[in-house]
Amino acid sequence: MTFFEVVFYAFSTLMVVAALGVVSARNPVHSVLFLVLTFFASSAIWLLLEAEFLAITLVLVYVGAVMVLFLFVVMMLDINVTRMREGLMRYAPFGIAIAILLIVQMVMVVGPEHFGLQAFPVPESHAADYSNTKELGRVLYTDYVYAFELASVILLVAIVAAITLTMRRRPNTRYQKPSAQMKVLKEDRLRIIKMKSETIEPENKQ
Amino acid sequence: MMTLEMLNLSIAMPEIFLLVLACTVLVVDVYLKDERRNVTYVLSQFGLIITLILISQQNPQSREIAFNGLFVNDLLATVLKYAVVLLVAVVFVYSRRYLQDRNIFKGEFYVLGLFGLLGMMVMISSNHFLSMYLGLELLSLSLYAMVAFNRENPNAAEAAMKYFILGAIASGMLLYGMSMVYGMTGSLNIVEVAVALDKIEGNNIVLIFGLVFMVIGLAFKLGAVPFHMWIPDVYHGSPTAVTSYIASAPKVAGFAMIIRLLAESMGSFQTDWQGMFIIMAVLSMIVGNVIAIAQTNLKRLLAYSTISHVGFIMLGLLAGNQEGYSAAMFYTLTYALTSLGAFGVIILLARKGFEAENIDDFKGLNQRSPWFAFMMLIIVFSMAGVPPTVGFWAKLAVLKAVVNIDMLWLALVAVFFSIIGIFYYLRIVKIMYFDDALDKSDINCTRDMQIALSANGLSVLLLGLYPAALMSICIAAFS
Repeated sequence: MTFFEVVFYAFSTLMVVAALGVVSARNPVHSVLFLVLTFFASSAIWLLLEAEFLAITLVLVYVGAVMVLFLFVVMMLDINVTRMREGLMRYAPFGIAIAILLIVQMVMVVGPEHFGLQAFPVPESHAADYSNTKELGRVLYTDYVYAFELASVILLVAIVAAITLTMRRRPNTRYQKPSAQMKVLKEDRLRIIKMKSETIEPENKQ
Repeated sequence: MMTLEMLNLSIAMPEIFLLVLACTVLVVDVYLKDERRNVTYVLSQFGLIITLILISQQNPQSREIAFNGLFVNDLLATVLKYAVVLLVAVVFVYSRRYLQDRNIFKGEFYVLGLFGLLGMMVMISSNHFLSMYLGLELLSLSLYAMVAFNRENPNAAEAAMKYFILGAIASGMLLYGMSMVYGMTGSLNIVEVAVALDKIEGNNIVLIFGLVFMVIGLAFKLGAVPFHMWIPDVYHGSPTAVTSYIASAPKVAGFAMIIRLLAESMGSFQTDWQGMFIIMAVLSMIVGNVIAIAQTNLKRLLAYSTISHVGFIMLGLLAGNQEGYSAAMFYTLTYALTSLGAFGVIILLARKGFEAENIDDFKGLNQRSPWFAFMMLIIVFSMAGVPPTVGFWAKLAVLKAVVNIDMLWLALVAVFFSIIGIFYYLRIVKIMYFDDALDKSDINCTRDMQIALSANGLSVLLLGLYPAALMSICIAAFS
């Protein structure tokens, strides 16, 4: 077994185990951490495919930003694990049967018979000065500029949808008005009252 | 080296304008006070008219490619784009009063509606699996948010949740199927895939595998049995204004998606997907028509009727020739129009604090408003396929296409179940004309709604009297 294969199988196994951990972990926080591990393993496999830019983006964007946010959300939500597990055993046999059926079909179809080295020879590795980032940027902003723009519109719709569904304007919400705050004069806030000075009389009721 | 001219941007002018319009509406709406929300509405409608003008500026006779093969404009695309823009404009007319009465007259409805429309136009004009998928996601995301739009309603939230989860699974199925096809053909461009598939001989199991997943994804989006579970809940749960949106224009976009993905790119595997379509078409007609009989809620009834109509559309598609495709196109266009009219009448009868969604709410409609009862009569007759409405010609064209490919039994099954379907359609007519009205309050609605609804109902009748014009356009789109 070459070094390449050792790395591939090591990270593939890690990825499958971590993915199983995502769905089987009892604690939602553990699930999220397993998902981080899955992303990390898949980024290693992307490195093997010479997709360095994608691999690093996966770690930076997903592991670094998205999953940390996810972790915050999961920690803040009060998830009732026992209620979510209701009916799990009832649906489990059915789900497992379908999963096994799908896996068998996939192994039969997506095996070496159709996607082996005869059909897809190993691509030549690129020269040392080949820039993955540059090539990706080139096709992204030329050949696939339409798809790129559409993806950005989808993100915009996601923002609009999220705000529509969650933002509430309550009538008694208090807002700050910075402009009014800046215009405030001393006279508006401070009132000088003239009054006689008070003297504390010693109490002598006795 | 690539220049800007190579993108051929002028072909995509309607889409570009629509995107700018949606963003403008989004920004303008933020600065509007609640009582001036009508500005958003007028701006959206005005923009849709300009979009229609821009579509008419395109030359539909030639097939033109833009954005390096991701975008195509041909006669099919032009006709379908006219249809979706018009349908969405009418939905906006219908929904204004309804939204105002329920305190959900917000700019987001129009923003999401316009973005959804953009998604549909992208789907109609896509020449690439990637742009097809992105257009579909753009449409679906807008729809999910629109279903949950009325946050006070728990039914709407439940419907949106079901729709979202099932929709995400279906998108995954579609993508997986596309990846299989990509693996075998090495391209995602619809034309290139078709060329590559022509060269493949024999039974390629990977392609069949991919095809199955793609058909499942498509069937879910269209709502064919056994992937129909979301339709009744979503139609019932969402605000009627949103239901009228979901029930009309996206069907046209779904038709375009099937034509582009299955007919244009997987054409050489037609015999394989024909078998799957036969099963789904027969099941859709059975489930749709039989379960609809038991419904008392009109929105659910129309949902099951949609399922049975989807079965009919599939009948045309599975014929797999020019006649079948044009018949299915005619069916889809006229059905979207009819369905929009039906939800228009439901919106018409609804008022503040009252949803006219039960069949009993239609009792004695003739006494309250003979004109709108007549409009509903035309619409219901068209759905049942009674001449001289357009539904009759649509069913006839589809059945003719099926008979011409020597599948007489399939045509007989279709006729049998549409006769069962006539029962629940006629029950609506009976309730409207022969029962006494439960509530005798006047129907008051805005003038634009009256005009739009009358035009909608009369167009169903007129297209039925003169079906030749639309039919010849549908035939030309596939020649």
